[in-house]
Amino acid sequence: MDVWISIIISICAASTPLLIAATGELVVERSGVLNLGVEGMMVMGAVAAFSVAQLTGNPYLGAIAAIFVGALFSMLFAFLTLTLVANQVATGLALTILGLGLSGMIGEGFVGQPGIRMENIHIPVLTDLPVVGKLIFGQDLIFYISIALVFGVGWFLFKTHAGLMLRSVGDSHSSAHALGIKVIQIRYLAILFGGACAGLAGAHLSLVYVPQWVEGMTAGRGWIALALVVFASWRPGRVLIGAYLFGAVTIGQFHVQAIGVAIPAQFLTSLPYLATIVVLVLIARNRRLTMINTPASLGQPFVPDR
Amino acid sequence: MRIELQKRPVASSTFAYVSPLLALVLTLVAGVLMFIFLGKSPITGLYTYFLEPLTDPWSREQILVKATPLTLIAVGLAVCFRSGNWNIGAEGQYLIGGMFGAMLPVLFSEWQSPLMLPLMLIMGMLGGALYGFIPAILKARFGTNEILTSLMLVYVAQQLVDWVVRGPWRDPKGFGFPGSKSFSESATLPKLIEFGDAHYGAIIAVIVAIVVWFVLSKTLKGFEVTVLGQSPRAGRFAGFSAKKMTIFAFVVSGALAGLAGIGEVSGSVGKLDDKLSLGYGFSAIIVAFLGRLNPLGIIAAGLVLALSYIGGEAAQITMGVSDRATRVFQGLLLFFVLACDTLIHYRIRFISVVKVAT
Repeated sequence: MDVWISIIISICAASTPLLIAATGELVVERSGVLNLGVEGMMVMGAVAAFSVAQLTGNPYLGAIAAIFVGALFSMLFAFLTLTLVANQVATGLALTILGLGLSGMIGEGFVGQPGIRMENIHIPVLTDLPVVGKLIFGQDLIFYISIALVFGVGWFLFKTHAGLMLRSVGDSHSSAHALGIKVIQIRYLAILFGGACAGLAGAHLSLVYVPQWVEGMTAGRGWIALALVVFASWRPGRVLIGAYLFGAVTIGQFHVQAIGVAIPAQFLTSLPYLATIVVLVLIARNRRLTMINTPASLGQPFVPDR
Repeated sequence: MRIELQKRPVASSTFAYVSPLLALVLTLVAGVLMFIFLGKSPITGLYTYFLEPLTDPWSREQILVKATPLTLIAVGLAVCFRSGNWNIGAEGQYLIGGMFGAMLPVLFSEWQSPLMLPLMLIMGMLGGALYGFIPAILKARFGTNEILTSLMLVYVAQQLVDWVVRGPWRDPKGFGFPGSKSFSESATLPKLIEFGDAHYGAIIAVIVAIVVWFVLSKTLKGFEVTVLGQSPRAGRFAGFSAKKMTIFAFVVSGALAGLAGIGEVSGSVGKLDDKLSLGYGFSAIIVAFLGRLNPLGIIAAGLVLALSYIGGEAAQITMGVSDRATRVFQGLLLFFVLACDTLIHYRIRFISVVKVAT
């Protein structure tokens, strides 16, 4: 039993960064913007979190720094795509390339240093409950934030007026503009939120999942988060399911490697990426599901007329 | 103050040429700031990065070596991007091309024949094309997002190449280092000058760029690429098939990335090892945009990016600047290119917001 609990906890740890980054990107895409820079913002968050935690000795300050850095970094993308109407795909790629380079430079001095892990919370009595205690009451703070985030975003998007405005901007920016909704302003805020989430996701990697700084440590997780948004057909609840499925695949391949099955490690390492492709194909085949939920203005530039 | 864009009636042809240059200047300015921030002299920094490599023949040759794969890949990407297909997995197609091409000299190392080299190049192109075909057919058949699938395949390709050079193809006499046996002379692309480093791949790259430029700007196929890229609806009315175009564009760009891969394996490294790529597949995206998706512009852009690689190495050795600075420069360059491209289609107005008393 304990073995299973520890496996489930490790699945939670592998899924949390995917979940946070994907939830952030979901909000961005719901507002009609495709930000392919998740990987770059995430890796910047990871290096910011690690370096601030090292310098101050406090991982929570690290996580806060990551949120700020992710948000700040996303504003580069926002300025180019919203104010200068640059191509969103290309600008997102630029953000990823710049993020990977910049984080490598900032983190150079931290390579190989033992990190400070964000401690799991401990609530007397509750955490010590048998079986479920550690799973439900004994994980790191970011895990709880990630769960709250999904439900919070779901509530915001579908139950509040502001959420409705955001979705209307994503579905038809011209109509929204005609109704007097500030399209550009809402998109700036959505991108800011997505950046903050990607930053926090990176913080989870370098403070909880690995507790170290390794160059390019996001290893494609930002891209998997993007795929998860498509997989979830832009619904927060499905992001939760998707992120945990991927977490399970990742942890599963580690365990298969550990048992020593005669499959080359490289094939097992490719599994999450191959799984992403398979999932994308399966989802795309279901045209109706994607057609209904895809924000209609996704990726399209918007220049307000007066 | 706020910024407002005003659409130009026609795209500015002046800015089409000025914008990449402006982007270069802005990158240099950012470079000055970066060197100051790092506590290095910006003048020495810029000189080491962008001028010193041009002064001695060895560095000039290295620029040529690095520009070769960058140009080849970027020319293919230009076809893809112009047609509205986002192939960002060129890195994977490059690796698989290198692996496919290396198959012949690795598996038939005894075979000495003048046919070896052409067959290797063809195999390399075939490998890259097949690998590019995967995201293309998935997009054409199922409507799968090609950005994500082509990128995921990069990670798979990296693992695959890693496996062959550590597993089945590893040189038993290689002291346990990952990598295949070194190729024989008949499997090596000849050098441009004896004992030099630059190889015939550079010539191939220039020829390919010119051919693709001709096809894109002077033939019906090129017109089809542009029309489908700018307006798929208009393309449909003209009887062009967007699905066939997706396959075409990906296969062409995959083949060219594969050619770049086998060119590098056969011309520069002389064997297949685990250090085949310096991220060329991603840097080539920057090259493609800096060259404004025009194959002739891409030749120049490829040289600029290659210069940044060589300058980066020099700065690392003589000034102790991290080689990651190169990646930062490249990322910034792409940002500035994209920002400056706005000037081609829009006039920018700065409007100061004045509160009007009512």
